[in-house]
Amino acid sequence: MNFFSTIQLVFRTLRARKGRSLLTILGIVIGVAGVIIIIALGAGAQSLVLGQVTKLGSNLISVQPGKSNEKGPPAAVFGITVTTLVNSDIDAIRDQGNVPHATAITGVVQGSGSVIWGNKSVDTNFWGTDGGFPGVMNITMEAGRFFDKAEADGGANVVVLGKSVGDQLFAGTGMDPVGQVIKIKGAKATEAGGVPLRIVGVVAERGSVFGNDQDDQVYVPLPIGQQQLLGIRYLQAINLKVDAAENVSSTIADINRILMQRHRIQREVDADFTIRNLADAISILTTITDALRIFLTAMAAIALLVGGIGILNIMLVTVAERTREIGLRKAVGATNSAVRNQFLLEASLLTSLGGALGIIFGVIISYLAAVGIRTLGYDWAFEISFVSIGLAVGVSILTGVLFGLYPAFKAAKFNPIDALRYE
Amino acid sequence: MSLIRVENLAKEYVNGEVVTPVLRGVSFTVEPGEFVAIMGPSGSGKSTLMHILSFLDRPSTGRYEFEGLDTSEFSDEYLAGLRNERVGFVFQSFNLLARTSVLDNVKLPLLYSRVKKSETLAKEALAAVGLSHRLDYFTNQISGGEKQRVAIARALVNNPAVLFADEPTGNLDSKSGNTVMQILQNLNDQGRTIILVTHEQETARHARRILRVKDGAILADERVLDRVLAFSDKELVK
Ligand SMILES: Nc1ncnc2c1ncn2[C@@H]1O[C@H](COP(=O)(O)OP(=O)(O)O)[C@@H](O)[C@H]1O
Ligand SMILES: [Mg+2]
Repeated sequence: MNFFSTIQLVFRTLRARKGRSLLTILGIVIGVAGVIIIIALGAGAQSLVLGQVTKLGSNLISVQPGKSNEKGPPAAVFGITVTTLVNSDIDAIRDQGNVPHATAITGVVQGSGSVIWGNKSVDTNFWGTDGGFPGVMNITMEAGRFFDKAEADGGANVVVLGKSVGDQLFAGTGMDPVGQVIKIKGAKATEAGGVPLRIVGVVAERGSVFGNDQDDQVYVPLPIGQQQLLGIRYLQAINLKVDAAENVSSTIADINRILMQRHRIQREVDADFTIRNLADAISILTTITDALRIFLTAMAAIALLVGGIGILNIMLVTVAERTREIGLRKAVGATNSAVRNQFLLEASLLTSLGGALGIIFGVIISYLAAVGIRTLGYDWAFEISFVSIGLAVGVSILTGVLFGLYPAFKAAKFNPIDALRYE
Repeated sequence: MSLIRVENLAKEYVNGEVVTPVLRGVSFTVEPGEFVAIMGPSGSGKSTLMHILSFLDRPSTGRYEFEGLDTSEFSDEYLAGLRNERVGFVFQSFNLLARTSVLDNVKLPLLYSRVKKSETLAKEALAAVGLSHRLDYFTNQISGGEKQRVAIARALVNNPAVLFADEPTGNLDSKSGNTVMQILQNLNDQGRTIILVTHEQETARHARRILRVKDGAILADERVLDRVLAFSDKELVK
């Protein structure tokens, strides 16, 4: 019996048993597509989380007021106001002799307020900060410039707009925001009508981090933010950028030493500040997302198992019928090897068809999921792991071929009449 | 040279502790062109004997020579070839492939042989049993008598040296049964060796020779003197 007639025979058999063939294919499609989708979602979620963090900039260190447990959140999270970090701390850290590896340093306060231009008013968040901010936060300008150190320290009446604030106020007006004067109102009730500030620049689009729109913000000099908008005299954080990853820990030690000295603190446990490091955060998140991936991979394995059991089920249900069919084929002269070739080819065809459909559906559904999640505003990567495809297809083909061949191997042991009478 | 020669052929089934002897030393010969009926009560071992003769099963002990060769030497592959080319088998329960056309059923043995013109041969075999008008019917769309004629066509398609038929009329009404018997008689008249199994004296009398079997042994080997000729129905068999 030649290859061509075997193929013909197999196609005839598959067509004659549409239901069984479709169910077998379905089992494989579910297994393969399930694995691809689950693994793609895991990879997408991981890249989303890590992408958000690295977007903040690498080699970032943040000093926050108040002592906190190493892993736990800083005191401010619990609504406790801690006033121990002040503007002069920035200057001490900024002194190159003290902290040699810091490339950019900025002190920040944050609050919400409204920005008014002409008859338009936009509710937004403001950052009170200094000239070091663009260097630390990787900010690039779309128009104009960021305010400099002198403007920031002197509390000049200038403001830099985030992209979307700029768009909300000026889009369609045909006016250049730079040079316009806006008014900003903070939480402090005393300044009636708001603080007038001249726009010196607009920041280029930054996207969102953990659902926070980084473009719905404005930046004002620190003294304006602290005194005129918030009415405070302390800092909410000092952020700095280190020149290289390997210098992060020595820089943390430097800052720790300087602040302990300045705040006249003897023992580490009494420190009234906390130093956080983004690399630590990334490694914690990587641990979490890796756990997620392992969990998802286990789920994928279950999908594969379910698909495989489906195939096994169908094969077992038909094994008696197929064994009798083999008996008949042997009775009219089929050799064991001819029967085996037929069943092998049949199983291979079914499983490769199922595998191909599984890949197509898996990729399409993963892609649609990625597109859907992106429209929700997340930076979701569409990632297909070739290892997952290979694994899924390999396992399903193996299952299909093994269980497809099972009746053939079983019947090969019988003489034709016993196979023919098999029940 | 005899077509078939068996000597002291025995078969027993072993199921754990239980040993069931089914054939207890059977000896006879069949010459080319004969029409033999193996007759006996149900359970006497007729089918078992037929399965051994047609290479669907192997004997436990004894000697079976086919066309002068000792079959105990034959490999599984070689036996498959014999089943394919030298013998044809008609079962009581038809054993046709479901969800498959009449023509494809008849072509089945040719799939496993080196024959080229399988389409033509299958159509010729179906014409010989009067089923040229049913080629594309599926096996669930034809009557029992037609099914058995398809099975005969399938058994004939490779032009075998001998045709085995195990109670071929057992599942048929008398009219269809008669048609089947007439086809067998025609085939034998054209020189085909036929070995038929039946438990009915009436059916056995269509053959030229009767081997009476009881409890796995041959009681008698007799010529048929009062042979029955199946009525001729020119409409069914051309
Ligand atoms: N596989 C088997 N295992 C055990 N006993 C069997 C088997 N096949 C047939 N037999 C027994 O062999 C005897 C003869 O069976 P069979 O050749 O089919 O008889 P017949 O065709 O004359 O009715 C019966 O008693 C039957 O029960
Ligand atoms: Mg019987």
